[in-house]
Amino acid sequence: MNSMINDSSSATALRDNADVAEALGRSYSAGFITEIEMTGLPPGLDEGTIRAISAVKHEPEWMTEWRLQAYRHWLTMPKPDWAKLNIDPIDYQAISYYAAPKKQPKSLDEVDPALLETYEKLGVPLHERAALAGVAVDAVFDSVSVGTTFRKQLADAGVLFCSMSEAIREYPEIVQKYLGSVVPTGDNFFAALNSAVFSDGSFVFIPKGVRCPMELSTYFRINAQNTGQFERTLIVAEERAHVSYLEGCTAPKRDENQLHAAVVELVALEGAQIKYSTVQNWYPGDENGVGGIYNFVTKRGDCRGDDSKICWTQVETGSAITWKYPSVVLRGDRSVGEFYSVALTHHFQQADTGTKMIHIGKHTKSKIVSKGISAGRSSNSYRGLVKMEKGAEGARNYTQCDSLLIGKQCGAHTFPYMEVKNPTAIVEHEATTSKISDDQMFYCRARGIPEEDAVSMIVDGFCKQVFRELPMEFAVEAKKLLEVSLEGAVG
Amino acid sequence: MLKIENLHARVEGKEILKGLSLEVNAGEVHAIMGPNGAGKSTLGNVLSGRDGYEVTAGSVTYNGIDLLALAPEARAAAGVFLAFQYPVEIPGVNNTYFLRAALNAQRKVRGEKELDSMQFLKLVREKLKVMQISDELLHRAVNEGFSGGEKKRNEIFQMAVLEPQLAILDETDSGLDIDALKQVAQGVNTLRSPERAFLMITHYQRLLDYVVPDFVHVLAGGRIVESGDRSLALKLEAHGYAGIGASHPAVPHQAGAQA
Repeated sequence: MNSMINDSSSATALRDNADVAEALGRSYSAGFITEIEMTGLPPGLDEGTIRAISAVKHEPEWMTEWRLQAYRHWLTMPKPDWAKLNIDPIDYQAISYYAAPKKQPKSLDEVDPALLETYEKLGVPLHERAALAGVAVDAVFDSVSVGTTFRKQLADAGVLFCSMSEAIREYPEIVQKYLGSVVPTGDNFFAALNSAVFSDGSFVFIPKGVRCPMELSTYFRINAQNTGQFERTLIVAEERAHVSYLEGCTAPKRDENQLHAAVVELVALEGAQIKYSTVQNWYPGDENGVGGIYNFVTKRGDCRGDDSKICWTQVETGSAITWKYPSVVLRGDRSVGEFYSVALTHHFQQADTGTKMIHIGKHTKSKIVSKGISAGRSSNSYRGLVKMEKGAEGARNYTQCDSLLIGKQCGAHTFPYMEVKNPTAIVEHEATTSKISDDQMFYCRARGIPEEDAVSMIVDGFCKQVFRELPMEFAVEAKKLLEVSLEGAVG
Repeated sequence: MLKIENLHARVEGKEILKGLSLEVNAGEVHAIMGPNGAGKSTLGNVLSGRDGYEVTAGSVTYNGIDLLALAPEARAAAGVFLAFQYPVEIPGVNNTYFLRAALNAQRKVRGEKELDSMQFLKLVREKLKVMQISDELLHRAVNEGFSGGEKKRNEIFQMAVLEPQLAILDETDSGLDIDALKQVAQGVNTLRSPERAFLMITHYQRLLDYVVPDFVHVLAGGRIVESGDRSLALKLEAHGYAGIGASHPAVPHQAGAQA
């Protein structure tokens, strides 16, 4: 996540040996550790831990109770094992559930310089004057939000954008109304755990008829050792409101696996549109499969009103294990759900990702475009559910699933599930699996394009349909991220 | 410019080229003709450096350097171009983007300044005009969904933009109807120059009606068995390859076996 905008010709530039060495060295450029004084809870999880998290965040009683209920439910739940993943048992008592920089800033001006520098290095400057034009950022460091930019401009437009902790204190009625209304506390094992121990995340509220004047983004950073990150994000778009939101994620290189179990809830009322884009670059582990983030995320959008639309776009290149199915519940008539995904796995990474489109309303539409790229010894699975409920008169779904294999030791799998209870609904599914062929490689090289650039180019072409859906700056970033992630994938 | 001496090459353990020698000077157009399986495409692939073609003996010198020691992309940068018999599709990669990446990669190796989008677009427009190719091809993905004729025209267009010193056309005429053939031939003729040499690998003499070669060689049994001027091609058309092989004392049994 370095310099974001570059002349696109750099993608094809020949590199001399020094450049290659440098490129290999920076293969995970976000892998540094920030030295900063931290405060937090010791490892371990019981009701006391949850009360302590709630207390440190000065939460109201109802919130503490909500967490405890989720925790008690979690204790009764079995771990999910249906995904095509090999997961070493996770010791939930060995994880610290809360870590935060010691100095809590009141405003951006008070943010610790070490933190500002961290985000600067990651290409996410928090100084508003240096920030990307037109993008407001909420920066989450380990368990807490350390700053949110452009709050005043957003407030003038009526948009609420702040950390979840703040929202619980400042806008309890909105939070209480919507939190857990899309992903209930007992939805699944990791969602229940998140509900019990979530520490921070972003909160967005776009009132009736407002088009959010800028892109909103959250930048998640795990820094502390032995810490899990459990963020909770809630985005509510009232009637005819529009918002585009992006999240980015990185973590230092560490030898042990770290757990990231987030929950994201989106609510779109009548005629509202939410576009949620993710560039996920958690530390993937090294080339031998040591370390890396376990990314177990529940993301769901609810098209609650008629004519609403929710679009998920994700570029997943990081994490040792990714378990994630951003979904849309198409409740309102004529509501639209879209899912565009690029998931790249290399070395020993495993990804089991896809989406669920639940059609309830009449004439609802969904579109799924999934591009999986596997290299090294990795395993990449698409798992998708398209469900047409009884009342989904005239509903339509189109699914396209393409897999690209690089090398001979990786795997790609597609698990489409369909449940159709309405005879007028139409479900289409197309799937392809291909390899970067020797012919394609030779064709590029015979024209003068070096091997690694040829691979990047072919992969980029393969992902085009998805990149088109990303906001411009992030499309460039996503492309660069794929290039870095693919280094050493050929030869 | 190009000197091939006693070249032997194997594909999948089978010897295909068996002592091929050929010399090409700047400004010349050489046609390589021969029956199926004679080694024509192997020659093109060996010269451009495709994997899986193992040179077991002989040498190829290009502008004084050992061409065989270079990686395919380095050969391209040095000015060697292969027009593919079967151009490859690269889905999602824009044709113009691909070509600019190729040109700039070559220029960078040669120590020349890379072209920015505007400069490149200007160059492309000039070439389109000269080659009489519609710009519609530019907006599509590399060869994706192209007809056979479009793919071959695209190869010639790439050649026009990349301006190689040595262009190897591997059966560029195959599968073309007469109009497409004329268009491709016209493109090649436009690019003929005193600095540039062409090696046209072809099965039929038809192409040579439109691109008149300076030399015609017959490749049979993995070596050049006869060389001559254009009249040789006409003779081949009249009598077939069998006559050539049998009348040639140098490799009677090999050529005969191939015919």
